[in-house]
Amino acid sequence: MKPQALSGFMAGAWLSVAALAFAADPGPIGSLPPLLPPAQLLQPLKDAWPTYSGDYTGQRYSALRQVDKSNVSHLSLAWTVRVNGEIRDGRSRNPFAPPGTLITSIGGDGKGDYAIPPPAVKGAVLQVNGVLYVTSPDNAWALDARSGTELWHYFWRTRGGTHIASRGPALWNSALFFETPDDYLVSLDARTGHENWHVQIAPFADEYFSTMAPVVIGNHLLVGTGNDGDEPGFLQSFDPATGRLQWKRYMVPVTADDPALKTWPSLDAARHGGGQVWMPGSYDPQTDLYITGTGNPTPGYTGIARPGDNLYTCSLVAIRVATGERVWYYQTSPHDTHDWDSAQTPILFDGTIDGKPRKLVATAARNGYFFTLDRVTGEHLITYKFGTTTNWAKGIKPNGQPDPNPEKSATIPGSLVSPFEGGVTNYQAAAFNPDTGLFYTHENTGFNILYLTDPDPRGSMGLGGKRFSIVGYTGNAFQAIDYHTGKSVWRHVWPGTGGTGTSVLTTASGLVFTGDTNGNLVAMDAANGDLLWHSGIGNISAPPETYSLDGHQFVLASVGEAMYAFVLN
Amino acid sequence: MDIGSGWRGASLASGIAALLLGMNTMPARAQGAPPAAPPGGPAGIFGQATFPGKQRPRGDPAVIARGQALFGINCKACHGSDLRGGDLGGPNLLRSQVVLGDQAGEGIIPVVQKGKPASQGGPPMPAFPLPLTDIQAISEYIHSVVGQKQNQGGPPPEPEKPLNILVGEPRRGQQYFAAHCQTCHSAAGDLNGIATRVPNPASLQDSWVAGRRAGAPVPGATPATPIQVRVTLNTGATVQGTLKHLDDFAVSLTTAQGEYLSFTRQGTQAARAVEVQDPLQQHRQLLTQYTDPQMHDVTAYLATLK
Repeated sequence: MKPQALSGFMAGAWLSVAALAFAADPGPIGSLPPLLPPAQLLQPLKDAWPTYSGDYTGQRYSALRQVDKSNVSHLSLAWTVRVNGEIRDGRSRNPFAPPGTLITSIGGDGKGDYAIPPPAVKGAVLQVNGVLYVTSPDNAWALDARSGTELWHYFWRTRGGTHIASRGPALWNSALFFETPDDYLVSLDARTGHENWHVQIAPFADEYFSTMAPVVIGNHLLVGTGNDGDEPGFLQSFDPATGRLQWKRYMVPVTADDPALKTWPSLDAARHGGGQVWMPGSYDPQTDLYITGTGNPTPGYTGIARPGDNLYTCSLVAIRVATGERVWYYQTSPHDTHDWDSAQTPILFDGTIDGKPRKLVATAARNGYFFTLDRVTGEHLITYKFGTTTNWAKGIKPNGQPDPNPEKSATIPGSLVSPFEGGVTNYQAAAFNPDTGLFYTHENTGFNILYLTDPDPRGSMGLGGKRFSIVGYTGNAFQAIDYHTGKSVWRHVWPGTGGTGTSVLTTASGLVFTGDTNGNLVAMDAANGDLLWHSGIGNISAPPETYSLDGHQFVLASVGEAMYAFVLN
Repeated sequence: MDIGSGWRGASLASGIAALLLGMNTMPARAQGAPPAAPPGGPAGIFGQATFPGKQRPRGDPAVIARGQALFGINCKACHGSDLRGGDLGGPNLLRSQVVLGDQAGEGIIPVVQKGKPASQGGPPMPAFPLPLTDIQAISEYIHSVVGQKQNQGGPPPEPEKPLNILVGEPRRGQQYFAAHCQTCHSAAGDLNGIATRVPNPASLQDSWVAGRRAGAPVPGATPATPIQVRVTLNTGATVQGTLKHLDDFAVSLTTAQGEYLSFTRQGTQAARAVEVQDPLQQHRQLLTQYTDPQMHDVTAYLATLK
């Protein structure tokens, strides 16, 4: 690795970005300054929340200090709003508006007859220049970050697809991007909500559906998709100005010359092997590496169809952003047979291992194992089973991978498996606080009986061929993990036997914000887990975030269609 | 994949169950319609046709029937009678990108007419010099089967395969039962005739492991005990009853007299102690201790209690 050469590359990338920005934005609105020049994304997370995790590290660590341990108990509501997915004309707000002036801009080529779920905010909300950018499947909104007032609404008439979530938008200069369940990447003018363009990012007929929050890196817009059937996963890079494809990187072998093909029984199996990229990754500007988790292999539960480790499914994969080249990988779940993707957003930080400074990446995986790796080389450093009842592996292999116990796959008489199908953690974002050196994550524990219902030697398809029966929660907790060992320094058990945790936010003032398993947004002392504040707003669906405007630090969380912003009043 | 990951909190189990059953658990509406509009879509969010292969209008049944017959003669040996791949190494057509992307035969017909060279580790496919209308009928038949695929990429439903759940050894199960379960349960008492009341061995296993009651209620049996809680107030007095809610900040209960009470767990008025008595605690504890063979043995034993 030659950092100097790389920083030269990055500088070049920023120059071309600036040139494109001015070329692509003619007209009166275009003459306004860009809302978010992409170089701004290299700044540490503070007043704005400009990308999925706040910044590229995935730490969800805000430098804001106004709300601290001494005053967090005074946090109270600044505003609340329900996002509105109705198609509305201007007169619904202003009776004097001329007919046909829509508040809602409409796109998409669906017929408008597809029943979609009510809006729910389940992804990142961006805050730039006092405006919040919010998405749910088929919807995008701009809201005033000081009041929650809606500025515009964009609605996408869908062709269909799995409407499970939108993980949020991305902002590049003055363009806002989001993915749709029917596999489009849509670019909007962030000031007006009017569409710039849309491109198809995956073949809808092949049962792809798209939920990921796109990630802007220089003049690259990284885009992933999902698929529950047996189709290959991939990450793509698009030109954020034009929507032109720059590169496409599959996460399973799709050509006979791929060395990873030896981890599959055949090229046909690999090409139907899954490994979807459905959550945003993290980015290291020093190495130009985008590090992302990948989804489970398919068919999901019938591994008999795909003997082998099934690379690069359930892995951390480092991709050179300029070219899409795969630089390293580490498989956190070889030959998964439980639909436990490793898609969780990894966290990048600098630390020490054996007394030596190291550039690190850590992830708490859905399969119940915590990993610390060297993020430059992918060298494995630490594995620890953080899921206290996790029972599907025989042990840990010399290279740090959990060693799957075949008896804990789906079996005809049933196997008692922990964790649940949903995993010890899932898409919910973890956090890392460099001041405490601790990695914060939820831990869900419980048991399924997992039955094989289709013993066909060809395996089943998609997520079929099994049945599971939930037979008991054994307690859900929140852990502060020491990345040197993977062991928790403190662990708070949520009372009760139900629920699942939400994403985590941490601050330079030593706080951790998250949702408990009983519908409370809570603030904890990052050092010891003491509960300092709570508000019973309901089961939090979107990651807690923080931003600052006019000298006030806001804490934002969403519960379905309702958004809540807290300040010190 | 992110199945289940969108479901929240306490509704996780029911959400997953609903998803599997294709039930609609949320109010849906046609796009842009006012909230009061009746639910749109043929069967709600998860019942409606999500992807093009299922949205495609079903073809003429007579053509499909002819296509099925032609498929049986020409294609079945390689692609399987269920289209999921056959003994001669032909690929699974239900996940084939050629098939899924095909609109009206433009993808399928040329492959049938011209064949394909060996690829992806499979054998070559010979050309089939069939009349165009025959290939079109085969194409319609293939699409009709794709249209029956289940959610999340699952294959079309098939008749349930008879699978033997009862692999355990009843005698060992009886010994395990005597050592671990007899404090609360007995074969002559609450479990008398359990295998008659719950004849499906998998349901029997799911319910006994979870501690769920299953089958028809037994006359005279004591009702299931809900979770109990005893709260010691800051005055030192204690209150007890059926637990209604518990988190780090509050606890609430209903007393035997039917009164609802709730208490803070924070600040100077906080309850001093909260003791929960979960009748299923022992079941939860055992989850971390059973081996699968022990679980199968107990199921095999309980299956003898007819």
